[in-house]
Amino acid sequence: MTATTTRPTNRIGLTTQDYQGGTSTLCAGCGHNSITSQIIAACYDLSLDPATVLKMSGIGCSSKTPAYFLGKSFGFNTLHGRMPSVTTGAMIANRTMTAIGVSGDGDTGSIGFGQFKHMMRRNVPMVYIVENNGVYGLTKGQHSATADIGQHLKYAGTNVLPPIDICAEAIAADCGFVARSFSGDAKQVRELIKAAMSYEGTAVIDIISPCVTFNNEDDSSKSYAYGKDKEERIQDIQFIQSYEEVVVDYEPGSEQIVKLHDGPTIKLRKLNRDYDATDRWAAIKLLEECRQSNIFVTGLIHINESRPTLQQTMSLIDEPLAYQTEAQLRPSRAAFAAVMAEF
Amino acid sequence: MTSLDTVVSAPVIDPNPPVINDFTLVVATENGSGSQTANNTLIRAIFKMGVPVSGKNLFPSNISGLPTWYTIRVSHQGYAARREYSEILVAYNPRTSDEDLANLPAGGVCIHPADMKFTTPRSDVVYYPVPVKDFIKEIAPPQHLRDYITNMSYVGVVTQLFGISRVEIEHALMHHFNGKRKAVDLNLRMVDMAIAHTVAHLPKQDPFRVEPLNKTAGKILIDGNTAAGIGALVGGVGVVAWYPITPSTSLVDAITEYAPKLRPAVDDRVNYAIIQAEDELAAAGIIVGAGWAGTRAMTATSGPGISLMNEFGGLAHFAEVPIVIWDIMRMGPSTGLPTRVSQGDILSAYYLGHGDSQHICLLPGDMTECFAYAGTAFDLAERFQTPVLVLSDLDLGMNNWMTEPFEYPEQPLDRGKVLDTGSFAQFLADHDNKWGRYRDVDNDGIGYRTIPGNQNPRAAWLARGTGHNEQGVYSERNDDWQRNMDRLTRKLDTARRHVPAPVIDARPGATVGIIGYGSTADAITEARDRLRAQGIETSSMRLRSLPLNEDVRTFMESYDQIYVVELNQDSQMLQLLCAHAPKDAAKLAPVNLCDGLPLTATFITQRINAHRTSVKQ
Ligand SMILES: Cc1ncc(C[n+]2csc(CCOP(=O)(O)OP(=O)(O)O)c2C)c(N)n1
Ligand code: SF4
Ligand SMILES: [Mg+2]
Repeated sequence: MTATTTRPTNRIGLTTQDYQGGTSTLCAGCGHNSITSQIIAACYDLSLDPATVLKMSGIGCSSKTPAYFLGKSFGFNTLHGRMPSVTTGAMIANRTMTAIGVSGDGDTGSIGFGQFKHMMRRNVPMVYIVENNGVYGLTKGQHSATADIGQHLKYAGTNVLPPIDICAEAIAADCGFVARSFSGDAKQVRELIKAAMSYEGTAVIDIISPCVTFNNEDDSSKSYAYGKDKEERIQDIQFIQSYEEVVVDYEPGSEQIVKLHDGPTIKLRKLNRDYDATDRWAAIKLLEECRQSNIFVTGLIHINESRPTLQQTMSLIDEPLAYQTEAQLRPSRAAFAAVMAEF
Repeated sequence: MTSLDTVVSAPVIDPNPPVINDFTLVVATENGSGSQTANNTLIRAIFKMGVPVSGKNLFPSNISGLPTWYTIRVSHQGYAARREYSEILVAYNPRTSDEDLANLPAGGVCIHPADMKFTTPRSDVVYYPVPVKDFIKEIAPPQHLRDYITNMSYVGVVTQLFGISRVEIEHALMHHFNGKRKAVDLNLRMVDMAIAHTVAHLPKQDPFRVEPLNKTAGKILIDGNTAAGIGALVGGVGVVAWYPITPSTSLVDAITEYAPKLRPAVDDRVNYAIIQAEDELAAAGIIVGAGWAGTRAMTATSGPGISLMNEFGGLAHFAEVPIVIWDIMRMGPSTGLPTRVSQGDILSAYYLGHGDSQHICLLPGDMTECFAYAGTAFDLAERFQTPVLVLSDLDLGMNNWMTEPFEYPEQPLDRGKVLDTGSFAQFLADHDNKWGRYRDVDNDGIGYRTIPGNQNPRAAWLARGTGHNEQGVYSERNDDWQRNMDRLTRKLDTARRHVPAPVIDARPGATVGIIGYGSTADAITEARDRLRAQGIETSSMRLRSLPLNEDVRTFMESYDQIYVVELNQDSQMLQLLCAHAPKDAAKLAPVNLCDGLPLTATFITQRINAHRTSVKQ
């Protein structure tokens, strides 16, 4: 961890270099690469100790990316659609870790849909990023469950089924942190990741992330052109660390200030809409309106910190279960004898 | 019970002389009618009289209404295997009473409600009618307890007729109801009413008697799933993830029941997690995550769940993550016979996953092993950084067996080669500053593992199911792949020498060998006694684990004819034995049954005798 004089360092003395991983093998221009960069930037900004982070994924181009960030963090590239269960186990075993997971729209919306829903139902603390390109990248261009009706692909033809909305599914599952973004909107992606990593519970970020190889036609709602042209931010989002001062810039009512458990703050400057991200009804209404009118909104769609996390629900000790010693794990002789006496 | 059984002609029973501590009683009831309390009371009372006894529940896959049979075998020799027929019938299920009666051997006993009509009554059995309705009218129990109290009437009659201690019946009820006097008294009222009726109106006409012995002192009665649940807690379990499936559910129930006693909460917080997943796939995923992160993680399931865990089995094998999977085997394929025993998952468990993978499997054969292997499985999983499957079955798991009480383990937990922050630095210092997750430093195929939370910046690695080199880094190089596979084979060979060795009983002069495993052990013991009486001395080998080792080859070399006893259609263990010792494969003959019932000694002796006759011809 040598901080050279030329490279800036964060509060724990690390450079962005310390948050890098291996070289990406994804296609040049793939939206997933931009998100990787923002994960690195967010972790640097947060001064996260890489030793406290778990990076998780399923299978897909998107799920390959944990190899390309946080090279000093433990990680698990699991099975197709099964990141939620593996992360659930890991976070039960060691609740002191911070988990960030990357999935794809196929990984989450198709094969892993059940696990995705149950993870949110349990409120497993993790950042769950869906790098949503409306297509199966790694298997070369089949329609995914988030593809638009009428989406046309060179190889797979025209999609005739309605898309699944990842955010609507998350809201329905009572997920307490639901956001949407666009991989071309670097600042918003970064701020959302920082907020999500500071949130206690499952935080889902559905990021439209164009697949330049298989689904980047201008009329696709998952293309760069579409994102650049159509993105409507609900708010300007700014993540403020607990040690930073929250400066109120605008007149009353134009900003929403959300305080998170450990002290940091999310400042949401309202744009065109008068939108309250803490209101679940409003979120459902917004998503439905946007679905009907083909509007691509991004930002923090919903936040609610009142649900207990899985570890709290299960009354787990504060220390990692994984670090319990033999003396703590093995019953006392007296307790054992008492049980044997029952038979 | 022809409906359930291989047909075996039963010997004619003489009313004289008395038959002491050597008979089987079958209780026929409807599923869900609450006969379990009555049956457990009888078993416990007989057991506490010092008489070896075992109980087997032959129940349908149904909540209520379908027929259930519970067999209680009393055996002064201590035989616990099922028998083909029962001498005594408690015919409390009108829907099966005719068939049940037909299955009694001549000279048998039929205890039945007084108003029960048999279509074809037999003249060669003894009847003891019980005016159950009159009893119930007099006691007038609350409606919801009616069935339970009704069943206590046969407890009273059986107690009086066969000489079971009334005091022990009361103690057994006290045990069952945790000392709740009111419940005990209500049940006892029926027992006593039935006893009084028997004394006054049912003179003894049969030869069967229970007489006190001293063969159960210090022993306990327990089922294998409870033993395993307690064993898991003693073995330091951290995370249990599961999805309900018969016959494994009671294993997790036992963990849930005994955890507060064995691993009490501190300030209302616990150091274990029991999580009911949305399916077995998620259950497997959860334990893979938990095992990777450093806890002792397990699941319990049965055949259909094993199928769903297939992909994770392969991942855990290849990413080298310790997990423990209990498979309480039931009859497949598919939903099959969900409440019937089988040993049908040997091959699917051993080869769980795709591509090449062989797993350590433990094969408990009695209650002590069900208990101890819960801990052993964790030790082996962490030592070898791999899935360990424990293949129990419905008979072991859900039926009551007599056993020595379990002993508190004297060995410390074996957490395997785990480097924490401190030992990691030391490791680097000792190894030229080199570490790779999958490097075979000790030439035993096992690398050194780090777990999340390790503070050394070089300790982290990315677990993956994709091809990787010794550093755990993605690689598609053919030599990396081959080297890794060779190391995994080396690891399996190391495991071969560490897993529980077979139990061999070599008899001088024997030319016949019998190989078995799991719940068939008692039937094999009894069959060997009978064969010996017939003049055929046998040696036996009870397998306790996979992969098979050198002892197995030696045993196979040592006998001219070897019978492989197992409860599946395809002779699955026999297939593994052939592959393990091809030189002696021709000596193997299957003694296999796949009908859903626990094996009997008679089946084994008949099959062996038939085979011997056919070979001689
Ligand atoms: C059980 C299983 N089935 C199928 C596959 C093949 N497969 C790999 S990635 C993938 C789709 C990935 O799509 P997505 O999650 O959208 O990721 P992307 O590549 O688009 O980022 C599929 C079907 C697999 N790896 N495992
Ligand atoms: S195929 Fe598509 S998703 Fe995969 S790396 Fe290339 S651009 Fe990205
Ligand atoms: Mg995709």
